[in-house]
Amino acid sequence: MTQLIEKDVHVSNFRQFERNRNGDTPRWLDLRRRAGIERFERVGFPDSKQEEWRFTNVAPIARTRFALADGRVDDAARERAGAYTFGHDALVELVFVNGNFSPELSRAATLPLGVTVTSLREALASNDALLEQHLGRYADINANPFVALNTGFIRDGAFVHLARGVALEQPIHLLFVDTGGAEPTVSHPRILIVAEDNVEATLVTSFVGAGSTHLANVVTEVSVGNDSRIEHNKLQHDCSAAFHVSTLQARLGRASQFVSHAATLGSKLTRNDLNVTLAGQGAEAVLNGLVLISGNQHCDNHTILEHAAPNCPSHELYKHVLRDEATGVFKGKIYVHPEAQKTDSKQTSKSLLLSDDASMNSQPALEIYADDVKCTHGSTTGPVDEDMVFYLRSRGVSLEAARHLLTYAFAADITRRIKVEPVRRRLEDFMAAQAGLPRDLRITDLGEATEKHRT
Amino acid sequence: MALLEIKNLHARVAAPGGRDILKGVDLTINRGEVHAIMGKNGSGKSTLAQVIMGRETYEVTEGSITYDGKDLIELSSEERAREGVFLAFQYPVEIPGVSTSYFLRAAVNAVKKHRGEPELDSVQFLKLVKDKMALLKMDPSFMNRAVNEGFSGGEKKRNEVFQMAVMNPILGLMDETDSGLDIDALKIVSQGANSLRSPERAIVMVTHYQRLLNYIAPDFVHVMMDGRIVKTGDKSLALELEERGYDWVEKEVAAAV
Repeated sequence: MTQLIEKDVHVSNFRQFERNRNGDTPRWLDLRRRAGIERFERVGFPDSKQEEWRFTNVAPIARTRFALADGRVDDAARERAGAYTFGHDALVELVFVNGNFSPELSRAATLPLGVTVTSLREALASNDALLEQHLGRYADINANPFVALNTGFIRDGAFVHLARGVALEQPIHLLFVDTGGAEPTVSHPRILIVAEDNVEATLVTSFVGAGSTHLANVVTEVSVGNDSRIEHNKLQHDCSAAFHVSTLQARLGRASQFVSHAATLGSKLTRNDLNVTLAGQGAEAVLNGLVLISGNQHCDNHTILEHAAPNCPSHELYKHVLRDEATGVFKGKIYVHPEAQKTDSKQTSKSLLLSDDASMNSQPALEIYADDVKCTHGSTTGPVDEDMVFYLRSRGVSLEAARHLLTYAFAADITRRIKVEPVRRRLEDFMAAQAGLPRDLRITDLGEATEKHRT
Repeated sequence: MALLEIKNLHARVAAPGGRDILKGVDLTINRGEVHAIMGKNGSGKSTLAQVIMGRETYEVTEGSITYDGKDLIELSSEERAREGVFLAFQYPVEIPGVSTSYFLRAAVNAVKKHRGEPELDSVQFLKLVKDKMALLKMDPSFMNRAVNEGFSGGEKKRNEVFQMAVMNPILGLMDETDSGLDIDALKIVSQGANSLRSPERAIVMVTHYQRLLNYIAPDFVHVMMDGRIVKTGDKSLALELEERGYDWVEKEVAAAV
């Protein structure tokens, strides 16, 4: 019963965590944490017999004795933070080391009226009433054991509150650096983003790392108020000793828009759950995903678009580029409630396999309980198209350059939609380096996107 | 010396048990000439064009292709292109995410590099393509659109001839460039092709119909049948084929055996 033993690691971490907290926790939080850890203790880690975990084996996580990470800022953390900082391209940048807020590495700024961007630790200390109202309200501990586990350890992370009418031009950057320690470490960052009505803002969460074995188990909750527009970018680029498990749960109000750009450049094992509830009439969700992995990396993207209100469009486009022996999983569920008439949902998953040993598992899952809806889905997986390669070669482009160019163009279809320049540039550089193309090759060189796709 | 000398060319589909398609093609093309290769569907004329361009889905099993004194079979497709061979595709491929302008500049520069000439920057390149675009009545927005993506059949064919004009090949192969074109588009495409006629260059049109030859007058017309060129004549042969069909050629060939 390896499972039980390793579950106990986290339960005993929890006991230690409780002892260290000096009784300063508000009662509501205490109850939510306990509910989380109790749920986790009851169900343990998922196994591949469970439908949602069929293609991702989390045994390497379950078997590892993780200790809670501390927030010591070492040279490795400083180096990573330096490499991924947005500098003045961000309105404000909070940096977390192994899940702990680092004032030293962060860049504070005088924020406009109505904008709160703070560490969760500070927000909890001041017992902000908004936290009790929102924290743990969207991400369901019963839906996913990793959410339950994260909830048990709510302590630090980020809290973003955008008051009614706030419009930000520059992005808010939340940068999480994990460097592990002498033994395997785990961090449980928790992010809460609350946008009231008529807000417009862009956020970037970056998860980067170096060093020894570590697990980042992230939960992000996003509440998008009526008529608001939130653009959420997630960039994950960790080392080959890292595990990354993340759940983002968003709830969209009436006539709001939520755009997600999620890019995974890898860790040993990555599992992303991205769940969006279109709760208010006329809400719109756009989910774009890009996975560029190699070696024996594994990445699993599970998304749920839950249409709970009428007249809501949703567009989803996920692209995986898999090299070597990398494995990818995409499962996109569209759930349409009976009252969600006039739902217009389009889901597309495209995967490029650059080696015979790479593999992809892509499946749509549609559950539709309304009768006047339009839901389409499509999925393609395969190597670089040889007809395209021949066409390019017949014009003088070498075989190698043709393959690289086509791979780059395949991924650029996603990156060109990303408006945050430091994120787009990092992805372009990564793609160019991976494809052996000149680093100065820019998406703009390839021309405008022709496919009409709203971002 | 002939620009292109094909001798007893045999080729088959490159797969286990692949079908034989070319069964002994002989063809000689000199600079300055315009040739038309005609034949029924499945006679092997498109395969011949693709084999000359080096498509790897076909395997040459016998015979030779000599281009400008070089053994063409030894060269990869990209090397053939850099040496001045161009194929206007029957079914041009759509390449999402790559603009015509980026693609064509990469192509032009690959040839320039091969010839040891300086590569073009985007300003020089735009200057080069401007006249050719006008010649083929192409909307300037073409250049910024992904290669062939969402183009109509006629636009794709026009784009092929436009690319041929920009690439300035020595041997231009046009594979059924006329099919699917309305009369106006056919005139534009023919005008483009005619502008390329020069004593330094040869053009080979693979076609099904005589119609194209009203606009681009060939010096030679060849009839292909069951993987071989069975008859060669001047442009009056094309008119005869149009009028009488191919049956009489078949009978003639059968009688000769």
